[in-house]
Amino acid sequence: MSTEVMRAPTDPYHLGHRSAAAGAPPQATGHAAGGPAPKRIVVGYGFWIFLLSDVIIFASLFATYSVLFKATAGGPTAQQLYDLDNTALETAFLLTSTFTCGLASIAVGHRNQKWTQIALLCTGVLGAAFITLEVREFVSFIARGAGPSRSAFLSSFFTLVGCHGAHVTAGLLWLGTMMAQFYAKGFRTDIRHRFLCFTLFWHALDIIWVAIFSLVYLVGTLPAEFLP
Amino acid sequence: MSDESQRRFPEYDAGSYVGVDRPAGAAADVEAHPLRREVGGYVMGFALAIVLTIASFWVTRTNFIYGPALAVALLVLAVAQMGVHLVFFLHITTDPDNTNNVLALAFGVLIVCLVVFGSIWVMIHMNQNMMPMPMDKMLQMQP
Repeated sequence: MSTEVMRAPTDPYHLGHRSAAAGAPPQATGHAAGGPAPKRIVVGYGFWIFLLSDVIIFASLFATYSVLFKATAGGPTAQQLYDLDNTALETAFLLTSTFTCGLASIAVGHRNQKWTQIALLCTGVLGAAFITLEVREFVSFIARGAGPSRSAFLSSFFTLVGCHGAHVTAGLLWLGTMMAQFYAKGFRTDIRHRFLCFTLFWHALDIIWVAIFSLVYLVGTLPAEFLP
Repeated sequence: MSDESQRRFPEYDAGSYVGVDRPAGAAADVEAHPLRREVGGYVMGFALAIVLTIASFWVTRTNFIYGPALAVALLVLAVAQMGVHLVFFLHITTDPDNTNNVLALAFGVLIVCLVVFGSIWVMIHMNQNMMPMPMDKMLQMQP
């Protein structure tokens, strides 16, 4: 590579980091100077685009929920239904499972089968506990006559929170697949790329849950005079 | 290539090298990826997320924050926690490998804000412009 020709002005918009040496060639993969980006970067980027489109779907569900929040049609309100202790427990489970998922990615980086399986198992158990609590909450709502067909508010609540729960359930299936593939096929490159996508998916689901527990459950149980 | 750039920028490596290509069975490059710092990054993110989560639940049960400002305070805490998750768990950083991810995220945030705040804005104005409905009509519309 001819550094004489490749020399570029120092990064004016701070898009990429250059080496400390003045006049050194650019090292950012996005700047077409070091050849095409490695495959894991491309795979992660593509899956990140998908996750952002998923986030936009959730944004429309959040918008629907906030618009219909007061449309209770004389039925139960958020203050009467939500149980914050249950939400706190769900949050603890999902947050810890995101942490153990991160530990699993470290174990995969070190090609450690035992700790990979242990960390993924913890992630799966915590995720399943989360889903169990959520299903129990939905069942108790429906038993109290607050099913999705009771009011526009409840329709939007079940759609938003249920959509997140469906994602977590799909993530659990994916997680089990990853455990089996690591066990049966080892740390092959293509399987590590799949696992990279899975960690992104699982962490993104926790970000969505942060928005749900804050803006649905906590804001929903504020006294009515405090709401805009 | 990627291994080389990892070695050149060790300070940006927060354990996001899940997909780094390495011959099967080769030993982990422990020097380039010290286990303690990787785990430390996740522990730090986990601790910050716990603090922000507890803060969210705590402010709703106390008079620490002026009541009508609570909803905005919860929004701020949620956005802060999402930032923690993005940095420590999803490794969205200023790393040159991440430029495209950051730009995609910026565009995603733009669309999310347009959808959420645009919908709320439009629907509040719609509600204000609606004729008040008499109570008997309202009852007829119920299932």
